Amino acid sequence: MLPIYWLINMSFKTTTEIINTYSLWPREFTTENYVKIFTDSTWYMGYVNSITYTVFNTLISVAAALPAAYAFSRYKFLGDKHLFFWLLTNRMAPPAVFALPFFQFYSSVNLFDTHIAVALSHCLFNIPLAVWILEGFMSAVPKELDETAYVDGYSFNRFFFKIFIPTIAAGIGITMFFCFMFSWVELLLAKTLTATEAKPIAATMTRTASTSGYELGLLAAAGSLTIIPGAIVIYFVRNYIAKGFAMGRV
Amino acid sequence: MSLELKNVEKKVGIETHIYPTNIKLEKNTINVLLGSTLAGKTTLMQIMAGLDKPTSGEIWFNGENVTGKQVQKRNVSMVYQQFINYPSFTVYENIASPLKITGVNSDEIKERVGKVAELLKLSAMLDKKPDELSGGQQQRTALARALVKDSDLILLDEPLANLDFKLREELREELPKLFEDRECIVVYATTEPSDALMIGGNTATILEGKIIQYGKTLDVYNRPENLTSAKVFSDPPMNIAEISKSGDTCKLIDNSVQWKSNVKIKDGNYKIGIRPHNITTYKEGNNTVEINGKVLISELSGSESLIHFTNGNLNWVSLSNGIQQKNIGENTKLFMNVDEFLYFDENNRLVNHG
Repeated sequence: MLPIYWLINMSFKTTTEIINTYSLWPREFTTENYVKIFTDSTWYMGYVNSITYTVFNTLISVAAALPAAYAFSRYKFLGDKHLFFWLLTNRMAPPAVFALPFFQFYSSVNLFDTHIAVALSHCLFNIPLAVWILEGFMSAVPKELDETAYVDGYSFNRFFFKIFIPTIAAGIGITMFFCFMFSWVELLLAKTLTATEAKPIAATMTRTASTSGYELGLLAAAGSLTIIPGAIVIYFVRNYIAKGFAMGRV
Repeated sequence: MSLELKNVEKKVGIETHIYPTNIKLEKNTINVLLGSTLAGKTTLMQIMAGLDKPTSGEIWFNGENVTGKQVQKRNVSMVYQQFINYPSFTVYENIASPLKITGVNSDEIKERVGKVAELLKLSAMLDKKPDELSGGQQQRTALARALVKDSDLILLDEPLANLDFKLREELREELPKLFEDRECIVVYATTEPSDALMIGGNTATILEGKIIQYGKTLDVYNRPENLTSAKVFSDPPMNIAEISKSGDTCKLIDNSVQWKSNVKIKDGNYKIGIRPHNITTYKEGNNTVEINGKVLISELSGSESLIHFTNGNLNWVSLSNGIQQKNIGENTKLFMNVDEFLYFDENNRLVNHG
């Protein structure tokens, strides 16, 4: 809790106070730092950009992972286990490895500096993760549920959307949370693939820091705000996460 | 209405799960598939339902070849051993779902769901979610869903196996009544011979992917065609011993136990099958023969006593009514009911019919 407290503490101080004195709470309480962030578009657009590509990425990852995870959990096909493992190994490579090919590729297809470019590049590690988590939840659902639905007269599509997805809602919630988190905190790809239009907040923070010396108070305020989306998401999925831990795939 | 399997065979890879099978189930019958786990009961049911395709052979329903016809287009219901309900639906929605999907109007749905819920004592739980119910109620919900539509074929795959003893007894008594006034074929898979006897109807004994015998339940029980069928339809396991017969005297080989028998079979060597409840600590029936044994295990189950003992080289199981306390290692005397012996020839076929 200490780093978080210190960050919030700093965010309500002036930069002079941060540099010159040691104080456990702000002597001159100021909200100026926050006002600046919410009024200056170079600042608040950073949040908008980050949230935009993060939400895009979460939706794409889950949408792509649902059918894939279903296939892995329900069907046996040639090399299914190898493919499943290979998907996971994608997660092991550092994203930096892919920064250059992504940069070159998106530049050549004119997607450089767009939200969708960042969202798609984050799929590289989020889709495997989503497949892995969802597969665990789907395999916990007995295949007799599928069969019962077919016997009752459900077609595959109706079964999948009306029965199966509500059944694994907890799993989908957790998956979305993890996709959101990983996309939100990822900096390197997001920074490499954007210039101005889709610049993430973390990049904004590193760049603005040097323009007029170190504005530590402002940086601290920006930092505090980056915690909020994660906290909100956690609040909504906290019950699901407990369930997910109990089911053993998170 | 009839369901007929013609030469149905199921192979998975190089393993044969179901050997070529022929069976014809008539309308308004309850048919019990009796066999141990992995005997192929579930596979057979999935083939009947259309959830699985046979490797070869045909399935005929009402004189129509339905092999390969999608399960959604057949009018079947199925209840599994695990309590399968739709977790996100309430009990009412669960029961209503097969009707809703076929576009029955909502007034009729309400009426039919109400009726079947009452029948299965679920009326008070209609607004709950399945996971708020007890195991017995969950299985009743699954049964209600299977009964609410007018299926031609109702498949019950060990529906009582996951229930505790009391609920099982209770539901087992109710089950046959539920199907009494229905125009349908019921197939009921179970591992327990007592289930088959309780439910009545017809029974098919199954072992390792083969149907051994099919017929009226009591006929199959009283006159098993062969030793295998008799073994499948006996719990605790049947006692089997080799005997020799000369004249009207039968004698256990390697043993002194002998008895008079009026079975009309040629002299020679046979095997006899004796169900555990025909060996008792008291005399039962008109003709009994004594057997001495050394007690191996003596256990109580409810109001019955199970005594395992050795005699000669064989281990025997006996089942007596009441509480019969025996000490391990004790020498004891038991009585076998000679009239209930089953005699099998060298090909393991039953020889004393009737």
